[in-house]
Amino acid sequence: MFIEINHINKQFLNKENEPVDILKDINLSIDKGEFISILGPSGCGKSTLLNIVAGLTKATEGEIFVNDTKVTKPGKDRGMVFQQAALFPWLNVIENVTFPLKKEMSKKESIEIAKKYLQMVQLGKYTEHYPHELSGGMQQRVAIARALAMNPETLLMDEPFGALDEQTRSRLHTQLETIWTETKKTILFVTHSISESIKLSDRIIVMGTKPGIILQDIKVDIPRPREEHKQEMIELEDYIMSFLKKEIDKVVSEELAV
Amino acid sequence: MKKFIRQVIFFIVVVFLWELGSRLELWMPIILPSPSMVLESLVQGFGDKTLIYDLVASFKRLFIGLGISLVLGSLIGILLAKSKYADDTIGSLILALQSVPSIVWLPLAIMWFGMNEVSVIFVVVLGGTFVMTLNMRMGIKNVSPLYIQAAQTMGSKGIDLFIRVVFPASIPYVVTGARLAWAFAWRALMAGELLSTGPGLGYTLQYASDFGDMSLVIGVIVIIGVIGSVVDQFIFNRVEKSVSRRWGLES
Repeated sequence: MFIEINHINKQFLNKENEPVDILKDINLSIDKGEFISILGPSGCGKSTLLNIVAGLTKATEGEIFVNDTKVTKPGKDRGMVFQQAALFPWLNVIENVTFPLKKEMSKKESIEIAKKYLQMVQLGKYTEHYPHELSGGMQQRVAIARALAMNPETLLMDEPFGALDEQTRSRLHTQLETIWTETKKTILFVTHSISESIKLSDRIIVMGTKPGIILQDIKVDIPRPREEHKQEMIELEDYIMSFLKKEIDKVVSEELAV
Repeated sequence: MKKFIRQVIFFIVVVFLWELGSRLELWMPIILPSPSMVLESLVQGFGDKTLIYDLVASFKRLFIGLGISLVLGSLIGILLAKSKYADDTIGSLILALQSVPSIVWLPLAIMWFGMNEVSVIFVVVLGGTFVMTLNMRMGIKNVSPLYIQAAQTMGSKGIDLFIRVVFPASIPYVVTGARLAWAFAWRALMAGELLSTGPGLGYTLQYASDFGDMSLVIGVIVIIGVIGSVVDQFIFNRVEKSVSRRWGLES
């Protein structure tokens, strides 16, 4: 297995200093090159799980191995794309993309690599622009290019298209699929959108909430490109919706109760 | 542009009414000399170069004092932001010191350094440092955790993380700190020079006052005000605006 998630538990302390279970006994094995979606209602701990894989958050219990190495801290083998692009506003596009490359190669080499990935996300013409001059979708594409530039084996994506409008999101799905096919990355993609997860992934890990647990591990057997198999996508969506609805209701009723 | 025209017209009207009042002898020239008298003494002051020497001397002290306070203020600010222990101890001291007008240190400074330039510069440094410290501290504490996380996933940590991410991310606060430090330093400089030796704008103000030369007193006040507002509006205001636009703090 390429990524091995073993018995991960995560607790946070609430305002009264009592431990609250965020993730409970998460076990997951991921093959190299797989596109995995982690799907769940808000507050199910899916982003926390991704942060633990990234090494940004420590698990209370359990271990994660990526490529046989235990995860203890963030590393360049795991590129991360956040919901907000998190580009550095004081750097222009090309400087942002070369940011992770600075220490290991010459300036010229790093610029070449950055240009290659900017072209991959179709932003080859925007190297000199500053983040505030770009639309949300373009910023997110720069963030993807930045993560790809350090050539990580794994790409961790935390609702990367969540803040974008529908048309932009749909275009970026197609681009991401192309990138994934070309680069053979292992992708862990966190989302709360059922249709997004069906459209993109090989496997969908459906999570329940309070505490966050894995409800189901669904293999998506619909051939790509999936736009041509609308009927099967809708059927799968209904199936996932049927048991996710209970979880979403749980969140909504708790939010109303507060 | 419209705003600019309005401002110009306003100042012309004020000066006109002031001149009119003086000509009609509504008040005595020794109480408030007319604009033309002020202008005359300014022309004379620049003509015999005394005001130019004053400006050069004042700016020299300002640049040295402000320079020291920006560097010192930033360093202490970084220390306070990074160390909880320093923040609890030195931080509370700085907060207390910040509420003390820096000119009150002058008597002490004269005892330590003598009645000379060093004392004035010392007061200027005290004027600028604390506000810079507090802004630098805020800037570093308010760096978005998202930037730090993003940088960490790209292999940046420690001093590299600080130099390439934390410090640049806090630049908007640095600019605001520098702007306030300049304003406080400028005021401290004038107060220090009033009570100290020349040459310098503040010294000439005191000198003119001692000799009852009210038009030169007002002339120097005008110079001080013009320099203060020009630096604030044309330098700091612009830098602050462009930084906050680029840093995405306003749309």
